[in-house]
Order: sequence, then C-alpha cells, then structure tokens
Amino acid sequence: MRLFATLVVLGFRRWSTYRLATAAGAFTNTVFGLIKASITVGAIGAAGGELAGYDAQTGATYAWIVQALIAPVNVFNWNELALRIRDGDVAIDLARPMDPQFAYLAGFLGRAIHQFIPRGAPPLLAGALITGLALPATPLPYALGLVSVVLGVSVSFSVWWLANLAAFWLIELRGVLTLNVVAMGILSGLVIPVHWFPDWLATVAALTPYPSMLQAPVDVITARAEGTAALGVLAVQAAWLAGVLLLGRLVFARGARKLVVQGG
Amino acid sequence: MTEPIIQVRDLRREFVVRTPAGRLRRTRTVVAAVDGLSFDLAEGAAVGYIGANGAGKSTTIKMLTGILVPTAGTVRTCGLDPVRQRRELARQIGVVFGQRSQLWWDLPLAESFRALAAIHRLPEASWPVRRDELVDRLDLGEFLATPVRQLSLGQRIRGEIAAALLHSPRLLILDEPTIGLDVLSKERLRVFLAEQRALHGTTLLLTTHDMDDVQRLTDRVLVVDHGRLVYDGTLPGLTTQVGAERVMVVDLVEPVPDLGTVDGARRVAVESDGLRHRFAFTPERTTAGAILEAVGRRGQVRDLAIEEPDIEDVVRRLYLAQIRGDDPAAAP
Amino acid sequence: MGERLRPYRVLVGSRMRSQTTYRRSFVSDLLGSVAIGLMEFAEVYVVFANVDVLGDLDFAAAALVFALANVGFSMADLLVGHADNLPVYLREGTLDAFLLRPLPVLAQLITSDVSLRRLGRVAVSVVILAVALPLNDIEWTAAKVALIALTPLTATAVFAGLFVCAAAVQFWLVEGSEFTSAFTYGGAYASGYPASIFSLPMRLLFTFVVPAAFTAYLPVLVLLDLPGPPGTPHWLGWCAPLAAVAVWAVALLGWRAGLRHYTGTGS
Repeated sequence: MRLFATLVVLGFRRWSTYRLATAAGAFTNTVFGLIKASITVGAIGAAGGELAGYDAQTGATYAWIVQALIAPVNVFNWNELALRIRDGDVAIDLARPMDPQFAYLAGFLGRAIHQFIPRGAPPLLAGALITGLALPATPLPYALGLVSVVLGVSVSFSVWWLANLAAFWLIELRGVLTLNVVAMGILSGLVIPVHWFPDWLATVAALTPYPSMLQAPVDVITARAEGTAALGVLAVQAAWLAGVLLLGRLVFARGARKLVVQGG
Repeated sequence: MTEPIIQVRDLRREFVVRTPAGRLRRTRTVVAAVDGLSFDLAEGAAVGYIGANGAGKSTTIKMLTGILVPTAGTVRTCGLDPVRQRRELARQIGVVFGQRSQLWWDLPLAESFRALAAIHRLPEASWPVRRDELVDRLDLGEFLATPVRQLSLGQRIRGEIAAALLHSPRLLILDEPTIGLDVLSKERLRVFLAEQRALHGTTLLLTTHDMDDVQRLTDRVLVVDHGRLVYDGTLPGLTTQVGAERVMVVDLVEPVPDLGTVDGARRVAVESDGLRHRFAFTPERTTAGAILEAVGRRGQVRDLAIEEPDIEDVVRRLYLAQIRGDDPAAAP
Repeated sequence: MGERLRPYRVLVGSRMRSQTTYRRSFVSDLLGSVAIGLMEFAEVYVVFANVDVLGDLDFAAAALVFALANVGFSMADLLVGHADNLPVYLREGTLDAFLLRPLPVLAQLITSDVSLRRLGRVAVSVVILAVALPLNDIEWTAAKVALIALTPLTATAVFAGLFVCAAAVQFWLVEGSEFTSAFTYGGAYASGYPASIFSLPMRLLFTFVVPAAFTAYLPVLVLLDLPGPPGTPHWLGWCAPLAAVAVWAVALLGWRAGLRHYTGTGS
C-alpha cells in the first residue's frame, strides 16, 4: 500500500508542471459546460420543464459536474502503455518488482487527483454563478460521491488499459483508441444523461462499463441515487472495475508472453 | 571590392528570462545573447564560427537568416535585410541545423527533394541534374526511397545538406553539422563540403564543437564568447595566441619510468608505471613526427594517439586572457 | 497562376500520398473519423428521442443545422485543422524550417498537411445533410438554392479562419494553447445546435465574436422562413460571407502579429 501511495504521489507531481496547460483546459471545459448546460436546459424546457426526472436546475447541474469530471476521468486520451509497448519499453516495466497494472493505475489516480481541483473547480464555480447548482445539503452523498468518483476514474483506467493492450498485436492503434473515445462519448453520459436514452440505447449502455465512469458518480453526488440505491450504483461500478481489471490482467499476460516468446 | 556576403554591425539580441522567485512572483532579467557583434564575410570565404554552448552562436545564425529580429544593430546577408526580405534571401542561402530536421520526416528523401524543388521553383529541366550530382557525391542513392524517420543520423544529415544545396545557394550555413556523427561520416562530409566549395565557390559559415571541422574546412575563425567577438583570424593564429596544445599519448612495449625531455614538447604525465607517456606540444614548436622519433630512440613504441585541443578549452583560455589582459599562453 | 501554385500542389500531393501508403491504418483512421461524426449526431438524436422541438426547431430542421455546421467544420478541420498544433510546429523547429523557405509561412503551414482521414466525418455530415434536406418543408426559390449551395463553403471558410486565429494566438500561449479550443471546437459544437437555446450573451458571443451562428443556424432560419429569437434580423442569414471575410481579416492580421512576436522573441 505504501508503494501504491508513492506511485500516486509521483503521478501527481508529473502533472503539476503543466500549470498553464491546466488552466487552459479548465477554461475550455467551462465554455463547453456552458454550451452543454444550454442544450440540456433547452431540451428540458422543450419537454415541459421536466425530463426523465431532471428539471432545469438539476439538468444544468448534471452538465457542469460532468465537465468538472472530464479531466480526472480522462475521457479523451490515454496511450502511455501503448507507446511503451510499441517502443518495447514495456519490457522494463515487466522487469520491475511490482505489478504493472497496479503501477499504472496508481499513476492514473495521481494524475486524476492533480486535476480534480484545478480542472474541476472552474466549471463548478461557473455553473454556480451562471445557472446555479442543485446540490444535496447533507454530507453523505458527497462522501459516497467521492468513492464513486474514485471508482469511475479506476473504471476509465481499466478500459483504457484494455484498449492500449491492442498494441501487442496491432501496429497502428489510433483506430482502436478512437473507438474507445467514441463509445465513451456516447455511452458514459458525457453529453446527454444515460437516463434520456431511448430503450435500445439504454440497454446497450447498461451492457458496457461506460456509464460507471461519469453517469454513476454524478448520480451519487447529486443524490439522484440515494441510500441503498447509491450503494447499488457503487456495487455496479465495483463489479465492472473488478471484471475489466481482471480481463486486462489476462490479456496483458497473453501479450507479455507473446513478447517473451517472439521477442516483440 | 564587392559587397561582403554577410555584414554585421553592432549586432545585439536580448532575451527576457523569467525565473521563479517565491511561490508566485517571478523576476524578470534581460540577458544579451549577442552583445555588440561586428564582422564582414567576403564572398567565397569559409569561416568557422565557434564558441562554448550558449555563447550566442545559434542566436547569431537565426538573425543572419531572418528567423530572429535583432534588438539593435544591423545585419545584411547577401545584401538583403534578412527579416524584411526573408523570402528573397531564402532563395540564396541554404541552412542546416544539425539537431533539427528540415526534411519531411514521413516522406522519402526523393520526395523531399521534389517538394523543395517546387518550393524554390527550380526549373523542371535542370534541377534533377543538380539532385543527381548531390545524390552521387553524398552517396544517397541507396536510401532515396526510405522515409526520413528511418534514416540513421549520418544518412539524415547528408540528406539535410543535399536538401540545403539543391537550389545552389550562394551561402551555406551549417549549425553543428557533424554533431553526433561517427568518424567515418564526419570525414565523408568534410570531403564533400571541401569539394563543393572548390567546384561552386559557395561561401561557408559553420558553427561546430569539433576542432577538426574548423581545421579541415575553414580558412578563418571567429570565436564568440558571451555574445562578443573575442577572436577573428586564422586557426594557427588562434592556437598560438592561446597556446592551445595538442597532446601526444605514447604507449610503450616495456615500461620506461623516465624518458627524459623531448625538445619542443612538455611532458604532462607518466602513467601505468611508465608504460604510457603524455607530451603536450604546439605545432609551431615541433611536430608529432619529431616527438615520436625522439621517444622511439629511448623505448619501443606500441601505440600512439593524438588528442586535439577542444573548443571549450580554447574559449576558456581566450576568456581568461582577456580578463587578465596578460599573455594568453600562460593561462592554466 | 498555375505556376504560382505549383509548390503548394506538390506539397499537398506528397502529403496525401504519404497518408494513403499504409492502407490498413488509413482505413481504420477513416472509420474512426466516421465514428466521431456519428457520435456527434447521436447527441442530437438522443435529445430528439425525448422532445419534439428544440429551440423552436423540429428534428428535421435541427438535423439540417447540425449537418451544415458539421460539413463546414469537418472540411475546415481537414484543410486547416493541423494549424491547431502550432506549439508542436514551434517545438520541433518546423516553423523555423518554414521561415528558411521562399514561401509565405502561413501558406506553408496550411499546405503542410491534409488530414484525409477526416473525410470520414465530412461524409457523415454530407449524408445527414442529404437526408435532412428533403425532410424539411422548404419553399425553394433561386435565392435559397444559392444560399444552400453557398452555406457549406462559407461555413468552411469561417471555421478555417477560426483555426488560423487560434494558431495566431498560440504564438503567445504555447503551453496554454488549449485556451483556443474553447472558441474553435467550442464554436463548432455550439454551431451544431439552434442558437435560440442559448442565453442572449452567449448568442451574441457565438454570432459576433465567434461567428458560429452564421455557419448554419442563421441560414437555416432563412431557408425555413422562420423568425428566430426576438430581435434577430432576418437578413442576418445572408451575411455569412461577410462573417467569413471578417474572420479571415482578423486571422491574417493576427497571424502577422503572431509571427512577428515569434521572430521578435525567438524560441
């Protein structure tokens, strides 16, 4: 556990050198938040003031919280592992006396912690000033929400890990990574709450880990899922995390064996 | 007397450097990378522009080529104002930055040449002749179809130089062209450049860390330090002035603890219990051959090597000599 | 004229060839781009799975807005989108190489890449446009035919100009270049929706500062004879060419200033 903590801190440090880039990213997240909130509020207004349990205020809140979580959850790109596989550097990771998946997860979480406040606070602040935020008044949803965010970030990592592993077998990975971004973009609740999906799309989403990355944490933080329902959401997230991480380990082992046997 | 191909007068370039001071505040200091530089280069000359890292070499070259605006002073290159008349100037000069590629990394060399010919609007009828000459002289034929990113450093640099010469520029500027190259590649490049100069009379300006480059390719040396010109003359003149010594390392078959004195040379060290001896000398006082002969009379020589003075050392000596105002040769 | 353009023809041609050399990865990139186009449209689809109108537009009209905006943006992205990577060009010394060649730097930057894979998104937008157009009840006149033909071109010009503006600003920002994404990609995103859903300040921002509304929404109001939000003059829908000219004027002035800043301060 101490090793894990050290790796998390290291991941945090690596990202703290990019201050201006972080500010720029937060600004862009905020402007997109404004556009997204306008779209959700517009749709809710067109539906007569309420849409799948969201009113104008909670709909806007949804958009702002999602924007605040984009950077920590890392929606758009993670190809660190793929690059190391392509360059053969993954052999170094294999030689280290620690589990590679565990080490990369620590780095991913460290980055998320670093981004949490500087990338998360500006969209929330803008939301509070522009549309107002509908947030619960009791502490419990926030405590559970924090757990849910950590699980969401970890699920995102586990899926990125799996996508990156394709580098063991494919030379050009951009197609696979783009596919992951697209799936995440549609199914995680990034742009439209999953609760708005037509039945067929909702079923598709429920069969994937993507809603566990964004929709789940937002549901818990805003107390849309409360009490046992919230625990249920956390359980679903944890189950996806365990499943995808395990799958990632198996595939990694296959890839590593290929590397050892065929020499890359 | 025709107009010099490069004319630099009181050239100065400042940079603002911000360093963190405390958590949020930053101090702002103005640093002069080039500080009152003046020199002329005649058409057809071959000049080595040397100095330590950060002495202002690259900054000067950027101002000569129109990439950077001077803070003060004037530059004329090929009779043009490099920044205002950048595009006109680009047709008359070729520039190679050893550590930065100007080729298209994912295109084959042949394709890069075609693109450059189009960029320089070279006549369709004549440019392939020039290309073939360069390909032949630089031995590029084998990898013309290879994407640049797959070339070795030596191959890439040769490609870069061919690319810079494709439009037959009057002035060729090379920034550290031999950096990182192996001995053989360096040698090939030097032979080629000397030959091009002889054939086309191209003016050559070269920055380098390699004394051999300077010795083999140039007939005039400019030494810059802290943005100022500290020496302008020939290479032998420079080594005389600072007393830059070559060192001959002699390995003997049998240890001889003391070889005694050798005329014109200074014994620097005896190592490995008398198996290895080091003699420092300047070409003005004696030759490597004379030392070898003197040593050979006293012991059987198994191997020898000559260490050239390095540029950092020469510049340091010049600098020390200047601040003391005494005989540079006496500097430690 | 042909001779003047020869360098650019050769440059663009060699860029295109290099991309299609590796056929399999090119096809997979192309499919990725199609998927991104579909993802963007999925959002509009899901909204209209819940409501019948958004910002006074029905699904067919909203799809028309989306399609026109996205044809324009994806074309601009294909042609000039790489200008958004200016910091990479600065870091790798590519811009210095441009400065050492006898051609205008901006022209070299633009012709230094053509991301053919982005054709995937262009194709998706064109298909949506082709489907959405007949679904709308348009009283065609010669002027409207001219407008629908012109709109994708002016939209391309507006977004391309925005990319150049962004590149110009990036000369100063470098590390913080993502700031500009709020206006380029943000503008593109906003332009795909009826501007009537935005608050007045945002509508003004995306009309007169970042002229995204000119790329689709305002022309569609004219095509469908709709009034739009109160206070929106109807003739504004014809002003897209003016918006394009204005964006490019700012872009070229900004680029000049940016390049001056670069050669003035060095890297």
